[in-house]
Amino acid sequence: MKFTWFNLMPWPYLPDDFREKNRSVWVDIDQKLFDPAKSHEVYNTYMDLLEYADTLGFDGVGVNEHHQNGYGIMPSPNIIAAGLARRTKDAAIVVLGNSIALYNPPIRVAEEFAMLDCISGGRLVAGFPVGTSMDTNYCYGQIPSLTREKYQEAHDLIIKAWTTREPFAWNGRYNKLRHVNIWPRPIQDAPHPPVHIPGGGSVETYDFCIDNTYSYSYLSFSGYLRAQALMDGYWRRVDERGVDKSPYRAGFAQTILVADTDEEAERLYAEHVSYFYNRCLHVYPGFADAPGYRTIKTIQTGALSQYAPPRGGYTQLTWKELTEQGHVIAGSPETVRQRMEELIKGLNVGNIFCLMHVGNMPADKCMYSTKLFAEKVMPKLRNMFPDWDHDNRFWTSPLAQRVTSGSLRKEAPTSAELAKTYA
Amino acid sequence: MELKTVSTQHVPVRYLEGGSGPDLVFLHGAGGITADDPFLKALAEKHHVYAPLIPGYGDSEECGEIRDMLDFTQHSWDVVEALGLKDPILVGHSMGGMIAAEMAATQPNDVSRLALICPAGLWNDDHPVADMFSLMPYEMPQYLFHDAAAGAAILTAGRNVEDPNFLQTYLVTNARQLGMAGRILFPIPERGLSQRMYRIKARTVVVWGDSDRMIPPFYAHGFKKGIAGAELVSIPEAGHMVILEKTAQVVEAIGRLG
Repeated sequence: MKFTWFNLMPWPYLPDDFREKNRSVWVDIDQKLFDPAKSHEVYNTYMDLLEYADTLGFDGVGVNEHHQNGYGIMPSPNIIAAGLARRTKDAAIVVLGNSIALYNPPIRVAEEFAMLDCISGGRLVAGFPVGTSMDTNYCYGQIPSLTREKYQEAHDLIIKAWTTREPFAWNGRYNKLRHVNIWPRPIQDAPHPPVHIPGGGSVETYDFCIDNTYSYSYLSFSGYLRAQALMDGYWRRVDERGVDKSPYRAGFAQTILVADTDEEAERLYAEHVSYFYNRCLHVYPGFADAPGYRTIKTIQTGALSQYAPPRGGYTQLTWKELTEQGHVIAGSPETVRQRMEELIKGLNVGNIFCLMHVGNMPADKCMYSTKLFAEKVMPKLRNMFPDWDHDNRFWTSPLAQRVTSGSLRKEAPTSAELAKTYA
Repeated sequence: MELKTVSTQHVPVRYLEGGSGPDLVFLHGAGGITADDPFLKALAEKHHVYAPLIPGYGDSEECGEIRDMLDFTQHSWDVVEALGLKDPILVGHSMGGMIAAEMAATQPNDVSRLALICPAGLWNDDHPVADMFSLMPYEMPQYLFHDAAAGAAILTAGRNVEDPNFLQTYLVTNARQLGMAGRILFPIPERGLSQRMYRIKARTVVVWGDSDRMIPPFYAHGFKKGIAGAELVSIPEAGHMVILEKTAQVVEAIGRLG
């Protein structure tokens, strides 16, 4: 099993009446609600928490990309990842990911990911999302019905840039480059860093992952019970295509909150869960799905965008409903273990993106929950898939010997010392 | 009006044909057009009307090869040629007006009569065109019609919004039609027409509804100024769907082209 500690980095100061007074948490969110001075502490606390997860033995620390978004103040995940590459030791740096249709030219991603892989000693997991319609179309102006074509070209270019050992010309529709020759290139070169693709249920994406040996990640906020149909569809496709059913071909994001008892979990975390589901997911429906962004095939499967609000909205969901319906897995270590087992077996997923920070949760509660999960839950879930223990196609292959960042001597040497060293 | 098919370089194109009189090509707006459209019927009283559907509209085949403004413009010329027409009266509404203006600017010697009905294609920061792609269906009437209530009735006529299949059909239609329209209209419906408009030689009439909240009447002046000799017809108590709200007046304005 691979457990990645994930933080969406929500802005924790959305007012109580946010829903009533604002039409959307995303795209056209009120500028005045962001306080740059306060963000100084918010960013540093969030990065501290990611670093803390590394010390507890999580397999990865995860970051993602959103724009103009009140629940994700990370327009550039690579900046956070660069900090983590320096300040964490063993965890994979899971960047899930860069919306590659937005980078011009996309070899910028090939280069930045290569830098992250080099700085971290080969710990990068590379995520290539198409990006939500809010981010890609409404914030970054990409034409909805051409986004996927542009994404595909960006992907092909990045992979070729990573795996080609001599300069080449790229005459694409969206990119014309005479001399592609990225420098640096990733440490992980057999053939390139592991790739995870966030998807929302389209057959095209299933096939894309299967064809390229990428892990398919379903990043949902509505929990594992509602994900069953979608993941079943994925595994059916894997079956049809005649490839192995390694659980590491799939990943799933789940909000997880651990306390001593179920009651304590509710007492400590209910308000933060409510903050997330009521304020953070308050997206204006007109931004959820620009016409042409999703393929006709995907719409015909009946899958609605997860940003389209459920009937009646999330407000009516209580703690009890959110936990019982699996949006949130919360409770004592034993409760959480049982439900995580259900999730892992039910969905057959080897990569878990643990959303352990939720809404406006303060750092102390987050550390408490994280530590309990790492010490009392994670060890019991380690051996869910013994047959696939050695499947490393979807995870990192770091250098065996890695430097410790910040380990230079404290003082500059004297002339005499240098004379001796370089005698 | 009769729905027919003509083949072109890329895909078979569906078009509506009817009426008799001088040849007239009508290019529809982002909302598309159907055979029972009252505006087409009115035009057909004195014209031989051809109204091609942009690929992806109605039941027509989509076309991945039409991506940018030049593609739309040349495709539309391909259709005119495939229909065997020479110098038809060229009429476009909204997005269709943008395409018609581009056609007239790129091949100025092939168009002598042009009618642009609240066309897209220009942009001014102080008078933003509505962000039609993020509008919810219930918001549409107020942007499209002078009389929003009457407009809502027109938009929902013959549709059973209670039908569980309605939403999916609606989403698929939107993805096909507006997905295609987005290639020249998203996120800002401007693709450089202001630099090319001077080339238009056609006798041009620009028609605008005074209460257009989708593309504000401000832009009428941009077209009038940009196209030599263009005549502006402003129609009171009409919105962006002036062709439905004041059908006779629009037909009369087009009639002035001869």
